[in-house]
Amino acid sequence: MINLSIRELNQLLEKKQISLPELSSIYLDRCQQFNPLLNALLHINDDIQPEQLLTADNATGLLSGIPLIHKDLFSTHGVRTTAGSRMLAEYIPPFDATVVARLNQAGMMSLGKANMDEFAMGSSNEYSYFGPVNNPWDLNRVPGGSSGGSAAAVAARLTPVATASDTGGSIRQPAAFCGITGIKPSYGRASRFGMIAFASSLDQAGVMAVSADDCGLVLEAMMGHDDKDSTSIKADPWSWQAPQDAAMQGLKVGVIPAWIEQLTDDDIKQSTLSALETLVEQGAELIEVDLPHAELAVAAYYILAPAEASANLARFDGIRFGHQCADKSDDINDMYRKTRSEGFGAEVQRRIMLGTWALSSGYYDDYYCQAQRIRRLISEDFKQAFSQVDVMAVPVSPEVPFKHGEKSDGVNMYQADQFTIPSSLAGLPCLSMPIQPAHNLPVGLQLIGPYFNEQIILTTAAKFQMVTDYHRQMPEAFV
Amino acid sequence: MSINRKELTEMAELAKLDLNAEQTRQVGQSLNQITAMVERIKKADTAQVKPMFHPCQFWMPLRDDVVAEPSRKTELLALARHADDNFYLVPKVIE
Repeated sequence: MINLSIRELNQLLEKKQISLPELSSIYLDRCQQFNPLLNALLHINDDIQPEQLLTADNATGLLSGIPLIHKDLFSTHGVRTTAGSRMLAEYIPPFDATVVARLNQAGMMSLGKANMDEFAMGSSNEYSYFGPVNNPWDLNRVPGGSSGGSAAAVAARLTPVATASDTGGSIRQPAAFCGITGIKPSYGRASRFGMIAFASSLDQAGVMAVSADDCGLVLEAMMGHDDKDSTSIKADPWSWQAPQDAAMQGLKVGVIPAWIEQLTDDDIKQSTLSALETLVEQGAELIEVDLPHAELAVAAYYILAPAEASANLARFDGIRFGHQCADKSDDINDMYRKTRSEGFGAEVQRRIMLGTWALSSGYYDDYYCQAQRIRRLISEDFKQAFSQVDVMAVPVSPEVPFKHGEKSDGVNMYQADQFTIPSSLAGLPCLSMPIQPAHNLPVGLQLIGPYFNEQIILTTAAKFQMVTDYHRQMPEAFV
Repeated sequence: MSINRKELTEMAELAKLDLNAEQTRQVGQSLNQITAMVERIKKADTAQVKPMFHPCQFWMPLRDDVVAEPSRKTELLALARHADDNFYLVPKVIE
């Protein structure tokens, strides 16, 4: 039951083999039972009234009644939304994020909110004010981040689907670490309205689920232009067309030999090569491509993202909403400083300081503008690559999930984002899908598509998942 | 490139963060590690390259200058710790 796809769950509901209250109870019971082990959820919607969610418009769709969990970055009307921060520990939004509103309109049933790295800054989910999330495959290890709660919840089947967000890899890396499928669509595909901002030119909402088909179904419902977000692109409506067979004849898949060589873990390298071999067996042609400026991506990102974060997080002043320091102060600047120092965790403060430095007089041209030029070079590299291939297949992470506390200094984690950041800087659609595990832990393969072509990466992943079952595997303790 | 203590203090003031001596030392250490990592971007030849501030081309859409949403003043003021008579209350800012 808990390993069924959205289409299978829909069939059960359609044929009245299960009722909405029964379906919600199954998943809510799992949330209650397993969340103490995982700390993946910050809120469980116990008083859910499934049948009241449905209207005449959404009572019959494929997503009608399908449970999901929202990353706690998405504003939910009347439900506490923390972004994993003390700053918003008691914040209850008076509106829904557009992504949330659209999935509500589709009839999806929100079971709760997922833990995350504070303000989406982190790659291990160890930077949440509400404590770290544990990886369902090994509770002593991290689930990745920043969407670690969403990933752990899907991997443990506390929900079939979760929303997530990706700035430099925050969907793909935790999806890889938890053995699930996660997609970040092209920048501009999904509205950012009501999604608490980290770095506005990089943040994008996406989906985590068991399979690419499930991701496609939910992505279709949440994407599209929104008048409330001027960076959401007006384009022809996109609808997910699931492939009918696993054949990949004629598909040109770009691979980057240098990136595979950078995999110093032999087991991860072997898993990656084995997955590429499967694509070839399905009929795809592998073509070597190069992204010569991608080696500068991590450095450019750690200028740009903190710069945008330092500006975005300036809004948290303790006056209009969010945490305010308890000390009564007669000086407003003193109040700002105390409020922000109490409300933000160490990693967020570090990135605010870094961003403030990058934007300050004397460094702006040398670092911030230079990083934006590097971004263009990387984007041009991708354009060149996609003139030769249809889709690219590259690693997600050079490592398997590491143990809690193993990387005590956040700076050590930054370099591990080397394979996810380039496509983020270029705004391209990309996903992670599970491949052969290494060291008994999940591993992901990243598929990157040309701008606005989510169909090609989802189709390729769905075809791969027709001939493999890595995405169906579950951690034993949660079966 | 190394960020000194004076610069750190100035940045903390700009960012409105209250860092004690130990926090300042730790942040300084991290920032110097990070700046050492990002230093390499300066060596790339970008003389003919325009900065790319955004991943996609878009034009700022304009809408008619009419009220699009009802006032949510009461709901929004209710989120503040201190509000009164339709105003946010803050410490005195004018001498």
